[in-house]
Amino acid sequence: MQTNFTLAQLADPDTAASNQVLRTCVHCGFCTATCPTFVLLGDELDSPRGRIYLIKDMLESGRPATEEVVRHVDRCLSCLSCMTTCPSGVNYMHLVDHARVRIEQTYRRPWHERGLRALLATVLPRPGLMRAALIGARLARPLAAFIPGRSMPAQRLRALLALAPAHVPSPSAIEGARVHAAIGPRRGRVALLAGCAQQVLDPAINEATIRLLTRLGVEVVVARGAGCCGALTHHMGRHDPAMASARANIEAWCREADGEGLDAVIINASGCGTTVKDYGFMFRTDPLRAQAERVSGLAADITEYLARIGYAPTRAAPGLTVAYHSACSLQHGQQVTAQPKALLRQAGFTVVEPAEGHLCCGSAGTYNMMQPEIAGRLRARKLANLEATRPDVVAAGNIGCLTQLAGGALPVVHSVQLLDWMAGGPAPAALAGVSHD
Amino acid sequence: MIAQPAPKRDVLARRDSIVAGLRALLPETGVIAEALRLKPYETDGLSAYRQVPLAVVLPETTEQVAAVMAFCHREGVRVVPRGAGTSLSGGALPMEDSVVVGLMRMNRILDIDYADRCAVVQAGVTNIGITQAVQGRGFFYAPDPSSQLACMIGGNVNMNSGGAHCLRYGVTANNLLGLKVVTVEGEVLEIGGAHMDAAGYDWLGLLTGSEGQLVVVTEVTVRILRGPEGARAMLAAFDSNEIAGACVDSIIASGIIPVALEFMDRPAIHACEAFAHAGYPLDAEAMLIIEVEGSVAEQDDLLEKISQICRKFDPISLKISQSAEESLAIWKGRKGAFGAVGRISPDYLCMDGTIPTSRLPEVLRRIGEMSMSYNLQVANIFHAGDGNLHPLIMFDANDPASFEKAEHFGADILRLCVEVGGCLTGEHGVGVEKRDLMGVQFSETELEQMRRVKSAFDPGWLLNPSKVFPLKADAA
Ligand code: SF4
Ligand code: SF4
Repeated sequence: MQTNFTLAQLADPDTAASNQVLRTCVHCGFCTATCPTFVLLGDELDSPRGRIYLIKDMLESGRPATEEVVRHVDRCLSCLSCMTTCPSGVNYMHLVDHARVRIEQTYRRPWHERGLRALLATVLPRPGLMRAALIGARLARPLAAFIPGRSMPAQRLRALLALAPAHVPSPSAIEGARVHAAIGPRRGRVALLAGCAQQVLDPAINEATIRLLTRLGVEVVVARGAGCCGALTHHMGRHDPAMASARANIEAWCREADGEGLDAVIINASGCGTTVKDYGFMFRTDPLRAQAERVSGLAADITEYLARIGYAPTRAAPGLTVAYHSACSLQHGQQVTAQPKALLRQAGFTVVEPAEGHLCCGSAGTYNMMQPEIAGRLRARKLANLEATRPDVVAAGNIGCLTQLAGGALPVVHSVQLLDWMAGGPAPAALAGVSHD
Repeated sequence: MIAQPAPKRDVLARRDSIVAGLRALLPETGVIAEALRLKPYETDGLSAYRQVPLAVVLPETTEQVAAVMAFCHREGVRVVPRGAGTSLSGGALPMEDSVVVGLMRMNRILDIDYADRCAVVQAGVTNIGITQAVQGRGFFYAPDPSSQLACMIGGNVNMNSGGAHCLRYGVTANNLLGLKVVTVEGEVLEIGGAHMDAAGYDWLGLLTGSEGQLVVVTEVTVRILRGPEGARAMLAAFDSNEIAGACVDSIIASGIIPVALEFMDRPAIHACEAFAHAGYPLDAEAMLIIEVEGSVAEQDDLLEKISQICRKFDPISLKISQSAEESLAIWKGRKGAFGAVGRISPDYLCMDGTIPTSRLPEVLRRIGEMSMSYNLQVANIFHAGDGNLHPLIMFDANDPASFEKAEHFGADILRLCVEVGGCLTGEHGVGVEKRDLMGVQFSETELEQMRRVKSAFDPGWLLNPSKVFPLKADAA
C-alpha cells in the first residue's frame, strides 16, 4: 500500500519499521473476516485493515493521537488472528505496538482511565501487590451489584470485581527464585518464567510444570532477577516499564545461560511467550540486542519443549474428553497449534476443538477489564462453542484465558496440569467434581 | 487518481443536515461522519484509487436500508453500496458527495432448507460463511472466489463472482434463486425465491452482475449443493508459461472437465509457498493445480487420464495430493495468492480478462513481452480452465510514474484479451478500474442500451454512478 512519510519521519527507526509493515499490506481485506471485533461490530474501523489505515494516518500526519484512533485501537484485542490470516505477512503486532506507544505519548485519556491503567500497570506485574489487591477485590465483590449505570467507568469497575476469584490461593511453597533439581539423570536444564499474575491467580500451574519437567529429568531454574515479562505494560503502550521488565529477564537468563547453561526458557503462559519471543525485535536498536535475540531464540512454550524432549503418560487413560481452547497468543502469536493437542492425546485424553477456534475468548491481557462489553460478548460466544463440544473439561495454555473462561458450566485447567496428572502428578483441583476412570 | 463525476455542490453544502437526517434513521453507531473515521472507507481492495465519502452508514436491517435509500433519494444524494470492501475493480470506491451503505452488519443466516437445498442469507454474510453454516450436513455453496473468506454474498451477486470451482459449478448467477432488494426510491422488492423459474422477465439475471447500479441487495437466496464424495488435487510443474498454457488447452480439448484448473507462474508460486507451505514446486516456471472429484476410483481414473496428457508436455514434476491437509494447503496458497504477492511487491494491479483457452500460450507469451517492454514484473495467477486471466502487475505506489506505467500495461493486457476474442472482465466486474476501456469491447449503441437499463431503475443516476460506463457520458 502507498505511504506518505517524509524522509525526516523515516529517519526514526520505529517509523521506518512501521512504514515497512504498511508497505506490505495490500489492503486485500482477508484479515477482516477473522477479526473478533469486526465479526461482532461490523465496522471497517474495528477491523485490522481499518486499524492499519487509522494508524497509518496517525503516523503519517505526525499529529497527536485523536480520540477516534484511540477508540478503535483500544478495541483491538491484540489477538493477532489477523496475522494468521494475512497472506502477505503483515506484522500487525509490531504496527499496533508502535501505535500504542504513540498514543500513550501523545494522547491524554480521561482521568478515570488514566487511574485504572496506572493501577493495573502497577499491581498486575507485582505478585505481592496483586495478591493483596485480589483479597481486597474479593471482599468488595458483593458491592459490584450496587455500582449503578452503563458508563464505561462503572462497567469497568464491575468487570474488575467480577474477575476476582472467589478464593485467593495462598502463595505456593515453591514460589521464588531457586533451582529445582532433576529427578534421576539430568537430561536438560531450563529456566522457567515464573510469571507475575499467574503465580498469584493459580500457583498450581507452575507447580505442575516444575513437577512434570523435573520428573522428566529436566532441571528447572527460576532465575534470580527475572520477573514479569513486560507484556502487560507493553500492550498498554508503556514503553519504559515494559523495556525495564524485559531487560531484567534478559540479563537474568543470559547469566544462567552463560553459567550452567540453558536449553530453553520455558513459558507456560502463552501471552508472555509471545512477548519474550519478540524481545529480539523490542531491543533491535538497544545495546542488549544480541542477548535479547538469544533469549527470544531460547524461549519455548511448555508444550513446544515437551514435544521436543518427548512425553509419555504413566497412568491409564482417564476416559475424559478435553475441549482444547487454543489461546490466541499460542495459535496466532506463536503459531503453536499442533503440539498441545498431540500431547493431550498422547496423555490419553480425547481431544475436541470448538467451532470458531480462531476467535479470541475476550481475555486478552487487561482487555476484559478495559473493554468489558466486547470481552463479555466474546466470552459468552466462546463458552457456547466450547459447551457445544460436550467435553468433561476445558484446557488452555494461558492464564488469561483460564481466568476468563472460569465460572462457566465447565471446569477449566491449564494443559500442563492434565499432562502432569497423567504422568504421575495429582489430579487438578478443578476436576474434583468430574468422574473419571 | 481516477477521475470522478463532479460532486453535487448543493449536496456538499448540505452535509450537516444530511448527516443529521441519516442519524435520525439509524442506531448511534450506524452513522460515521467524522473526517478521521471516514478515511478507512475511502478505498477497497483496489487501494490505488481513493475518495473519502460524505458519510458511511451501517444498517442492520432491510428496513433501515430502505429508509436510508428513501432519504437519499429525496435529498438527491448519491449512494455507493459496499460489502466487505474486497473489490479488485474499485466497485466500492466512494464519491465525495456520496453516502456509502455498508452491509457488513447484515451478517445473519436467515433460513436453511436442506430438503429444497437452498439458504436465505443477509447480504453481509461472507461467501465461506454460507458453506460453514451448511457443511455440518454435508452441503456447500459452490462459487468460491479467492477472497471467499472475507467477501460477502451481496457483493458476489453484484459482481457475479466466480472462483476456482466455477469451471464445474458455474458462477454466482448459476447458483442464485432469489433476492430481496431495495430500489433507489427505497422500495423493497422480492425477486425469485426458493424455486427455479419465475414468470415474466428474468430479473434475477438482469440484477446479477449489475455492480450496485440498479438496486441495493439486502437478502440472497442461494442454492446449496451436496458435497462431492471426495476430491483430490494434483500439481503439475512445467518449464515455461507457454508449455503450461498449451497443457491446459489440451486438457480442456480432451473433453475432461476437472472441477478446478488453476495456473500460477514462478513469482506467484514462490510468494504463495512462503504463505501456505503447500509443497509447491519452487524449481518450476509454471504450475497447474488440477482438482477432480467423485469416488476414489473416479478420482484415480481422472487423475491418471490428466497425468497422461500432462506427460506429453514434459512436466518437471507431477504430484498428487496424499491427504486432506495437503489439499487444504494447496488451496490455501492459491486462494491467498493475490495477498501473498504483497510479500514480493508493495502494490499490484490485478487484471481480470477472459480469453478462449486455445489462445492461452500466445497471450501468455505476449504478456511476457509487454512485461519486458514496460519493465514491470508480472505474476500470473488465474483460472486457466475457463480462460479467466489474473495477471498481477507489480508496481510501487510510492512512485507515481510506476503506477502510471502499470495502468497502461493493464489496459494493454485487456485490449489483448478483447483482440483474441475474449472480454474485459471474468469475475471482478468492470468497477471503476475498467470503466474507460468499455469502449474497446462495446459499441456506443451497446453502451447506450445499457445506460437506458440503468436509467430505467435509477433515472437520477444516484446509485454507484461512477462505475462501469466511461465517464464522459454517464451524467446522461
Ligand atoms: S490480510 Fe494482510 S494484506 Fe490483506 S488487508 Fe489484512 S493486513 Fe493487509
Ligand atoms: S489483533 Fe485481533 S482484534 Fe486486533 S485487529 Fe487483529 S484480529 Fe482484530
